[in-house]
Amino acid sequence: MNKLPFHRRKDVRLALRYLVACLLVIIFVFPVYWLFIISFKTPDEIFAFPPVWYPESIQFSNYFVLFKDGDAKSVLNSLILASVSTFFAMIFGTIAAYSLVRFRTGGENLAVWIISQRMMPPVAIVFPVFLLYVFFGWVDTFFGLILLYTAFNLPYVIWMMRGYIEDIPLELEESALVDGCSRWEVLWKVVMPMARSGLFATAVFTFVFAWNEFLFALVLTRTEVTTYTVQVTHYFGGQSNFWAKIAAMSVLGTIPVFIAVATMQRYLVRGISMGAVKG
Amino acid sequence: MSDLKITGLHKYYGSFHAVKGIDLEVPSGEFTVLVGPSGCGKSTLLRTIAGLEETSEGTVEIGNKDVTWARPRDRDIAMVFQNYALYPYMNVFENIAFGLRARKFADAEINKRVHNAADMLGIGPLLKRLPRELSGGQRQRVAIGRAIVRDARLFLFDEPLSNLDAQLRDDMRVEIKRLHQELGRTMIYVTHDQIEAMTLADRIVLLRDGRIEQLGSPLDLFERPANLFVASFLGSPKMNFVPATLDGNTAILSDGTKLTLAGKRNGKAKQAVILGIRPQHIALSGKRVAIGHAQVKVTVELVQPTGSRVQVAFPLGGKSVVAELESRDVSKPGGKISIDIDMARAIVIDPQTEKVI
Repeated sequence: MNKLPFHRRKDVRLALRYLVACLLVIIFVFPVYWLFIISFKTPDEIFAFPPVWYPESIQFSNYFVLFKDGDAKSVLNSLILASVSTFFAMIFGTIAAYSLVRFRTGGENLAVWIISQRMMPPVAIVFPVFLLYVFFGWVDTFFGLILLYTAFNLPYVIWMMRGYIEDIPLELEESALVDGCSRWEVLWKVVMPMARSGLFATAVFTFVFAWNEFLFALVLTRTEVTTYTVQVTHYFGGQSNFWAKIAAMSVLGTIPVFIAVATMQRYLVRGISMGAVKG
Repeated sequence: MSDLKITGLHKYYGSFHAVKGIDLEVPSGEFTVLVGPSGCGKSTLLRTIAGLEETSEGTVEIGNKDVTWARPRDRDIAMVFQNYALYPYMNVFENIAFGLRARKFADAEINKRVHNAADMLGIGPLLKRLPRELSGGQRQRVAIGRAIVRDARLFLFDEPLSNLDAQLRDDMRVEIKRLHQELGRTMIYVTHDQIEAMTLADRIVLLRDGRIEQLGSPLDLFERPANLFVASFLGSPKMNFVPATLDGNTAILSDGTKLTLAGKRNGKAKQAVILGIRPQHIALSGKRVAIGHAQVKVTVELVQPTGSRVQVAFPLGGKSVVAELESRDVSKPGGKISIDIDMARAIVIDPQTEKVI
């Protein structure tokens, strides 16, 4: 290679780089492709050896079964739980963060105490929470899980929004106060728009957390508000696994998160890097 | 009638005493400038008037109404901030209309007022733009526009020009002065720049360490400073201070130079004093013949032409003294010149109390 002239060497290096990039893409994308493709296969194709890399014909029977049996409702349940809890966590979290930043509520330490709540391993409190929920009759209700997810996400939202709000120049708020706004109007008309990127980025992470939550959903649901994460585990049997259903359900479960991240991508990148600069 | 009346105002930040008992009354329509070195409490005072800082002690009245504990929006004030405080996600029109919308004005009225203000400030063609598409000067115009559409009783300016470059600052200063003449509103303006203070003010309030050192018209303060601090703060180049001994009507400098003071001074005999002479009150001998001028021969040390004038430094009484002469009076250092000092306008300061005698 050393014999090659300089510009040829550059070409070779570029080609190598593309080769490595392609390999990496394949390694990362292949599992996703495999998941999607299994969900469209017939049982014979799923268990065929050598593997069927792409099915003869795309067929939706696996999805059809999920909808017919009502299993797909669990995706809707997850969607409701994640959206509503994200909504409330964002509202209360932003208000709390504003109060921490502007009014020094709780002094220096309250914010750290709040985020420390996130350090607790969830499994440590599963049993007490379960007993509490049985007592109040909140097991297997939307209210119960929404309350729990909101509470779980609040520390994260408060911590993140605190950073974004600190970056907003004080003069913008003061100017609005002089111009005739109340504190609530300042929060709504100045702080929210100024922290928009951070708001969306935080909301996406909050949503994804609630969407992926498994432990509490498993313990606290029965039949009414089964989430998709719990539903998928029903297909892992002692004797056999329902690969077709697992794949189809996983695809259904991936789509909302994919849409959320794709539509918010612009804010996500900016929001995360804003936080990164803050350190 | 006064638009603003401050009585016995104190402001503490924890144990730090930022404003130490200010009494101030601003008549309707007056342009008052709060000026002083950084940390003198001028911005704190303004922010307390605005209600952005809580009063620790004393009262603030705006338009004969006690607003000491009123929220900023209930004080009938408009404020322009140093960093413009424009909302980056709103266009110029919406930025100017912000205060009107917050106060639920009708759309037609908002439209009329915003366009009036924009025309007044020459930013009519920029209404659709976002703040980031504007230059510094344009942004400051928008910020001022946002204040004037409100038509408030009191306009507060917090160092509005300090982020602009020198040329733009001159232009905007003229603009603000013109606005005051057109609107005839009471304006309170904070700056650390003594030239801004001199050119804009009907009345200057000179602050130091949270106290008012002196207040009065710009010329009053310039010509009749009450103490050493006021004398040294105003004027460019700065006033010269030369130690001297008073003997009757004569000030004797350390190098033996005798300068005869005009008028009676209530100094004790043989009292050590500081003589204050403005660079503008020194001229080349023979230019003007005036009574009360003392003639001195000096050796030129340094020459700094400014175009229209020339600043000349020379030793006198053990100090380097600066004189502002006409541009062609002196061209290079080293030569001996004869100068006239206008002793009628010189001030005598007691070095102990730092007060003008």
